Formats: sequence, C-alpha cells, structure tokens
Amino acid sequence: MTRLAASRLLLAVGGLGTAVLLLLAFGGLPDLGDVPHPYADRAVQAALGHDTANVVSSVNFDQRAFDTLGEEFVMLAAAVSAVLLLRRFHDEEQDAHDLGYGPRDVWSAAHLVGFALLAPTILVGLYVVAHGAVSPGGGFQGGAVLATGLHLAYLAGDYSILRRVRPLAVFDMAEAIGAAGFVLLGISALFVGDPFLANWLPTGTLGDLASAGMVELFNVAVGMEVASALVLLLAKFLDQALVVRRDTDESP
Amino acid sequence: MIADVLVGVLLIATAITGTAVALTREPMRQALVLSAYGLVLGVLMVALQAPDVALAQIGIGTAIVPLLVVLTVAKVDRELSAREDETEPDEAGEREG
Repeated sequence: MTRLAASRLLLAVGGLGTAVLLLLAFGGLPDLGDVPHPYADRAVQAALGHDTANVVSSVNFDQRAFDTLGEEFVMLAAAVSAVLLLRRFHDEEQDAHDLGYGPRDVWSAAHLVGFALLAPTILVGLYVVAHGAVSPGGGFQGGAVLATGLHLAYLAGDYSILRRVRPLAVFDMAEAIGAAGFVLLGISALFVGDPFLANWLPTGTLGDLASAGMVELFNVAVGMEVASALVLLLAKFLDQALVVRRDTDESP
Repeated sequence: MIADVLVGVLLIATAITGTAVALTREPMRQALVLSAYGLVLGVLMVALQAPDVALAQIGIGTAIVPLLVVLTVAKVDRELSAREDETEPDEAGEREG
C-alpha cells in the first residue's frame, strides 16, 4: 500500500511539475503571427522568388526537398514493412465465398452519408494535391484525404464493394511510381546542369495552378505515394480483420 | 483577443480529450475517444493557422489510426474466441458464422 501511495505521490508531483513547466513555456512563446523571424522572412522571400504561393510547399518541395525525399521513403518503408508483416501465413486461409463482415447491419443513414460523401471527398483530395503549390495542402495532405475518402465505399456498401473500387495491383504500382517518380524528378535537374532536386522548370505566374515549377510535380508524386501507401496498409488490416482466418482444421 | 480565447479554449479541450484517451482502458472504446481527440487537435491546428497540417491530422488521426486499432482489436477478439471454441469439441459453428 505504501508503494502504491509512493508511486501515486511521485506521479502527482511529476505531473504537476510538467504542467507548471509547460505553462511557463507557453507563456514565453511569441504571439501568433506577430514576431518577425529570420528564417520565416527568408523562406517567404525564396518562395516568392519561385512564384510559389504556398510557402509551406515551397519549403517542403523546393527549399528543403531533400528532407521530403527522406520523409517519403520513411512512409514507403513503414507501409512496406506493415504489408510484409500482415501477409497471409501458411496456417491462415482466406475466406473465398464470404467476403468478410461488412457493415451489413449499419444504419441506413451511415450508408447514405458514405455514399453521398464518397465522390466529393475524392474530389477534395485531388484538389488538395493539385493545388499544393497554391493553397494550403499538398501531396501528403491530399494523399491522406484520398485514402480516407476511398474507404467511404466500405461505409456506403460492404467489403466486396470496397475491393472493387480499390484494385490493389494498381495501388501497388502507384506507390512504386510515386516513390520512384520523386527521385527521378530530382535526378532530372542533373540533366540541365542543376543540383539534385533543384527547381529547374519555369515557375510561371504566382498563384496560378501551373506555377512553382517542380513543386507541383513533386506534390503529385508524393500524393500518389501517400494515398497508395495508406490504401495498401488499410487493405492489409481489413483483410486480416475481415477475411483471413486461422485454419483450425488439422487436415492438410 | 478573440483568437487568443479560441486557442485557449481549444487547448483546454485538447487537454481534456487527451486525458480522456489515457483514462479509457478498453481498447475499442479508446479508439473512438482517440478519434474525438484527433478532431479537437485538428480544429486547434486550424485555429493556429495551419490548415494543411489539420487536413492530414483529421484524415490520419481521426480516421485511419482509430480504424487500424478497431480492426486489430476485432481480429484479436475473433482469434481468441476461435481458440476458445477449439477447446470445446462440440462447438464447430465458428466457420459458418
């Protein structure tokens, strides 16, 4: 009992101390959008220099594209390892005729919402990827919206419908093309005598959809990669949860 | 001023929902509370003028991560009940279900 009391006391003191320190730290933060910062000033200047309206995209895909290359491959590695771990083992079998437990007894309101939101969500995802250089968003965000939106098909129908709108072979390829595309786009700069990942294309007019040069293309590559990685990841989890079952028979 | 109040309210909401996630012990329920927490966090990011981060947060934090948890819990539950059925030889109805 004394051990329990002691650990509770420790937790309380530690928690209180962390809370006080956090509050003090928050109090010392500069006001939102108030204080000029040397890095922010230079980043905005560099973004305007390449006609990129979305400064965050300019930092991610132009000024520090090499960091984003690393991030993209972290995503790829994570998705590939999860897919590898969740593959079907020899003592598991796939349900051939019964395509899993779909949301059959889900409220019809949920079906309706899933059905109504499917197309608009996909459209928003494509918009966010395409306008990555112009408005908030980009490949990562749009890819996440696309992958999430596609799974509304599961809410609207059932697992067999989701399988039909989500051909995994296509997403397998799209993931590889997205990841390799980023690298190849980076290498393309070498052919015009610029460094790896340099923004060598004409940058167009600030605020136009087709502005910012390579930023736009990098966004599309990342959007493909992220959307496909998330779809493949969820597909493996859904398969394991809904379709794959351990072979309980001892027969060969 | 209004922005400060909004951010303050959202920070408190984040603290409350975050604590709720930690205090929910049942994994299936925790996934749903985590989803609510992710939504509050997404709104906080919008209030802090980071709409692009908020988009990713709402897609991944409120939909995909809780879904992965729910699917994993469902799978584990099913494996456990299948294993229980194995110990009772007269019950073989699992496959048809």
